[in-house]
Amino acid sequence: MSNVKKLTQKRLFLPVFCMILVLCINMVYDLASGSNFYSFFEITLTNGLLSGRLINILNRGSEVAILAIGMTLVVSASAGTDISVGSVMSLCASFCCMLVAGFGVSSVSSAEEFAMPLAVGLIGALLMGCLCGAFNGSLVAYLNIQPMVATLILWSAARAIGLLLCNNLIVYIRVPEFGVFGGYIGPIPTPIIIAAVCVAVISVVLKKTAMGMYVQSVGINKKASRIAGLNSKRIIFVCYLICGLCAGIAGIVASSRITSADSNNIGLDMELDAILAVALGGNSLGGGKFNLAGSIIGAYTIQAITTTMYNMGVSSAVTPVFKAIVVIVIVAVQAPPLKAWFKKRAAAKAVAQKGVASV
Amino acid sequence: MKKKLLALLLALGMGASLAACGGGGGTTTESPAGGESTPPATETTPAGGEETTPATSGDVITVGFAQVGHESDWRTASTKSAQDVFSAENGYELSFVDCDNDSAAQLEAVRNFIQQGVDYIIIDPIVSTGWDAVLTECEDAGIPVIVIDRTIDDSDKYVSWVGSDFKVEGLACGEWLKAYAEDKGITEINALVIEGSTGASATIGRTDGFKEIADREGWTILASQTGDFTEAGGQEVMESYCQSYAGQFNVVICQNDNEAAGAMTAMDNAGVTYGVGGDVILVSFDANKPYVQMVMEGKINANFECNPMAAPTVAEIIQQLEAGETPEKEIYVTESWFVAEDNVSTITVNGEEQECIYVTQEVLDARPY
Repeated sequence: MSNVKKLTQKRLFLPVFCMILVLCINMVYDLASGSNFYSFFEITLTNGLLSGRLINILNRGSEVAILAIGMTLVVSASAGTDISVGSVMSLCASFCCMLVAGFGVSSVSSAEEFAMPLAVGLIGALLMGCLCGAFNGSLVAYLNIQPMVATLILWSAARAIGLLLCNNLIVYIRVPEFGVFGGYIGPIPTPIIIAAVCVAVISVVLKKTAMGMYVQSVGINKKASRIAGLNSKRIIFVCYLICGLCAGIAGIVASSRITSADSNNIGLDMELDAILAVALGGNSLGGGKFNLAGSIIGAYTIQAITTTMYNMGVSSAVTPVFKAIVVIVIVAVQAPPLKAWFKKRAAAKAVAQKGVASV
Repeated sequence: MKKKLLALLLALGMGASLAACGGGGGTTTESPAGGESTPPATETTPAGGEETTPATSGDVITVGFAQVGHESDWRTASTKSAQDVFSAENGYELSFVDCDNDSAAQLEAVRNFIQQGVDYIIIDPIVSTGWDAVLTECEDAGIPVIVIDRTIDDSDKYVSWVGSDFKVEGLACGEWLKAYAEDKGITEINALVIEGSTGASATIGRTDGFKEIADREGWTILASQTGDFTEAGGQEVMESYCQSYAGQFNVVICQNDNEAAGAMTAMDNAGVTYGVGGDVILVSFDANKPYVQMVMEGKINANFECNPMAAPTVAEIIQQLEAGETPEKEIYVTESWFVAEDNVSTITVNGEEQECIYVTQEVLDARPY
């Protein structure tokens, strides 16, 4: 009993529970449709590459997971969301492809045709991400503009700038060297590795330095933190900068998957997924304390829902409805009033049991 | 203080670049007095074979064109087609407005055309409703309106609509597949469909058309899910199909070229062979030039065109109106079907015999887009 209680009181319990819930839906479905109950979880080596539904979830969920890292920090420090990340992804991807292919060139099919080395393009994309992050950060931290309003600017503008950089074309870079970031290293999908590295780096930074504490302290009370000697503004600025950098990395992955810069579609609506991931992870969108692992699990939960829809062959027209129902259930389970109700019931049960024992 | 200044500067810099971007959407008028303007790509007759007849009268005909935006290669081809056909050499003056997918801007553009007093207005409507008021204004001003590509549902105050019949594209796809399978001795068809964006007219028409033939022939459509007309979408859906239906399918229908590109990557990763000589018959729609090339290379078995070159047909309508005739209300642009093998040369769609074009280098070189 006490073990169960200990488990349920862990901060990560609910996000993990929801994730498992989603995965279990598949188990039930697979059983009902007559295949093995573990077929959703099966991982095989097809054509020398890892394949399976779990791999799909980890692979396709990478972009949102990377975005969720930055979004968690932003939400925590500034009690607001960065709604520009999807557009910034697109801008970074376009910038990268534009640098590599040269302005106005719409298709590159071999490394000899590169206008600039691939590395320049990649670094350029990351710098562009940082620049966008710095822009958002300076508006929010130093000009005290509401985060949603401040990031609304790039939300609408970044994609358009990306289109301009690409001369209104889809720029194709059909070169294996570029495709590797969205493809495979050995048998493992590269996006999984990139996401894992990003998560590892930021976790180490948060654990080994005081940054995690600073961010939370600024998020809980900006003024008090300043009086306590923290440079609140700079901390908020840095959070947005990291968020922009994450968007840049996600943009490279997304564009490498399709070996092209499809400015209109890369990262479309992904800012909403990133925000949802933070919320699903049990973080308050009101800022303050945060739980990075929760956000990451939230990100993969979103992808798990999508993959579940594919697995069950739900027709595309009703997919959003199913998604909405699952999300409502997950968010409701984590809502404070429901949590309190569960706690109360557990307490009442405990009292009743004690009563029985004493008699 | 210094930081505030820096922040302000950053903000200003971004703002300036924004302003610079905003300038792109404005009106560009093709002036007829372009001294050494190059002749329009010397009539590479767009697929159907309508020759653009230069205006017979000595006067310059002014045409206003309110385009949707520039979101795809297809749209770019549509714009370029209009700019080529309504050139100064052909006796036209074109006022072209790129509305950047903003329906309010499009209404504004049409009202501007009325004020300018152009002779004809071409609209590719961003939304299908809310047109009655502005079309009445056009009628009052005596300016004929021609609608292309997308449709207007709440008003009939336009002369003609010119566009694609998506259902015929779907039917043609089915008929070709039937003939192809018969020729190759394939008795069982298990198809996977990657649909376009849910609710788009192209998606509905192509899905209905193909399904009609599939039902008639008793084919199995294993699954039909949306790939949102994007490469990433096609890739993700195909990746999932490869796991769900491993070894069970022999036909993949992608409802546009970008999805086909994504599907190819996913099948490569899963070790599924496709195209000529492969295990899976791959079919695509739209037929943009790079993908017609893939048909030639045998990666795609067949590609069904969605012709963006409405302008030559519009020019014909304008000539008819100039001559005092009444053009038809609904006109479909001619579309071609491209195939990778020469075993099926004609198919019968809706009782009409149509040619399947076997793609060679000459066919590819003659493609304008």
